[in-house]
Amino acid sequence: MKSFEVRNLWKEYGDQVVLERVHLALTGNEFVTIVGASGCGKTTFLKMLMGDEVPTRGELLLDGEPLPTEPGPDRGVVFQRYSVFPHLTALENVMLGLELRQAPLAGRLFGAARTAVREQAAQGLAAVGLQAALDKYPAQLSGGMQQRLAIAQAVIMRPRILLLDEPFGALDPGIRSDMHGLILDLWRQGDMGVFMITHDLHEGFELGTRLLVFDKVRDDPQAPEAYGATITFDIPLQRRPPPDVMEAVRRATAPAGAPS
Amino acid sequence: MRRLINRKPGRAAALGLGLLPFVLVVIAYLFGSHTRLQDNPADKLLPPPAVMVDAIERLALEPSKRSGQRLLWADTAASLQRLGLGVGLSALLGLVFGVAIGVVPHIRATLGHFLVVLSMIPPLAVLPILFIVFGLGELSKVVLIVIGVAPFIMRDLAARVAELPRELMIKGQTLGASTWQIITRVVLPQLWPRLIHSVRLMLGPAWLFLIAAEAIAATDGLGYRIFLVRRYLAMDVILPYVAWITLLAFLFDWLLQKWARRAFPWAEPAP
Repeated sequence: MKSFEVRNLWKEYGDQVVLERVHLALTGNEFVTIVGASGCGKTTFLKMLMGDEVPTRGELLLDGEPLPTEPGPDRGVVFQRYSVFPHLTALENVMLGLELRQAPLAGRLFGAARTAVREQAAQGLAAVGLQAALDKYPAQLSGGMQQRLAIAQAVIMRPRILLLDEPFGALDPGIRSDMHGLILDLWRQGDMGVFMITHDLHEGFELGTRLLVFDKVRDDPQAPEAYGATITFDIPLQRRPPPDVMEAVRRATAPAGAPS
Repeated sequence: MRRLINRKPGRAAALGLGLLPFVLVVIAYLFGSHTRLQDNPADKLLPPPAVMVDAIERLALEPSKRSGQRLLWADTAASLQRLGLGVGLSALLGLVFGVAIGVVPHIRATLGHFLVVLSMIPPLAVLPILFIVFGLGELSKVVLIVIGVAPFIMRDLAARVAELPRELMIKGQTLGASTWQIITRVVLPQLWPRLIHSVRLMLGPAWLFLIAAEAIAATDGLGYRIFLVRRYLAMDVILPYVAWITLLAFLFDWLLQKWARRAFPWAEPAP
C-alpha cells in the first residue's frame, strides 16, 4: 500500500459507541501493531478494515480510494482460528485463491493451468516451511503449522494489506518467535502493509513500525456505553535492521585490523 | 472399587454385551412360541422358526401363482425404488434449498419461516390430498416421502451452513471468491458429509412414510405385503418381512456411514 488514511471514524451499535474519532494517516508499507484492553474496539476496527463491518461515520481510504465495504482479494486476513479450509489439503488451500481468480465459473483449474498454479502454491508453502506437508489436511497439522498455512494462503494473493487478528495468540512462545521472523520476512519481501492485533505488548513493540493503542479517553461510570475508544497512542517505532544488514554495517564500521 | 462411570468393558466383553440383548430377544421368542404351541398347536401368533423359514422360502423362491413373480424380491424392488426416489429427491431438494437459505440472506428472509411452518405439517395428514392430486400410483408414494423428509433436510443443512465459521466465509472472500464460488468451493464440499448424516437420520421417517403409503394404497411393496397378510394373521410372513426391512434399513445406514468416512477423511466422524 502507498497510503492509508482513517478520517474521523465512528462505530456505533444502537446507543453503544464502540469507536469514536479515530484518525490515522500512514504512508508506505507500515507494519502496524494494535494493542488495547479487551473490548476496546480493536477487533471492530480490524473488521472494518476487512469489510466485515461498516463504519457508522467516517472514511477509510486505501491509496486514496474508499475501502470496499465487503472483503476482497486486496486485503488478506489471518485469524487466530478457522483461517484455513478443513476440507482442503495444505496445497489445495493455497491453490484455492489462484484457482478462483482464473476460473470464475468452475472455481477449479485443470491441465497445464492447474500444474502452474500447483507449482506456485508449492513454492508459497515452501516459503513458510511447509514443503513437507503439502498433502496434509489442516486437522493433521499443529497449531503453528496451520497458521503458517493461513499466512501462505493469504500472502500468495499479493494483497495490499495483510490483516492479522491475534494470529499467534494460541501458539507456544518458542513457535511464536519463529513466526515473528517469518511474518517480518514476508512483509519485507511483499509490497504490502500489515495490521496486526496482539494482546502481547512485547510482540507489538518487537514487530511493528508503528504501535497503536486503543483506549477510552472519556468514561462515564453511569453510562459505560456512552463513549467509545479511540487511538490514544500512535507510536512510530525504530526498527532494528535485519540481521544481514546489521552484520554488513558492523563490518563496514569495524576498525581496521580488528577481528571480524 | 472404581466408580461405575470409570469401569469399561474389554473388547470381548463389549462384543458379548452387545450381542446379549439380541440373544435374549430370540430366547424369549422361542420360549413364548414353544409355550403357546404346546397349549394350542394351531396357534398362529408366534410361529416356530421352521414355519417362518418355510414361508420365506415360498415367497423368495417360488413364483407366485397369481403373478408369476417371486414376491419377496418383487416387493423389495418396488419398495426400494420408491424409497430411493423419495430420499434421493429429498436430498437434492434439501441441498439446493438448504444451501440457498443458509448462504443468501435474502432467500433466508423469504423462505426461512415458511420452511419451518412447512416442516410442521404432519405428512400423513396430507396423504389423502396426495392420493387425490397424484392418484394412487407411484408418484403419490414418492411425494409423501419427499414431503415428510425434504423440509427437515433443508432445515438441517441450512443450520449446518450457518454453523460454518464466519471466518471461513470472510477468508473465502479475501481469496476473491464470488457468491457462486463460495457455494461451490467453500460451502458445498463441507456440506457433503453433513448431508449424508442428515439422510441417515431421515431414513427412519422415510421408511415410515413408505410403509404407511403402501399399506393404504398399493399393489406390491414390503408394506403392502405385511398389511395384506395381516388379514390371515400370517405372522410367519409378517415377522420375517419386518426383520428384512430392519436389516435393509440397518444396511443402508451402515453403508452411508462407511461411505462418509471413506470419502471425507478430513471430517469429524459422525456417530
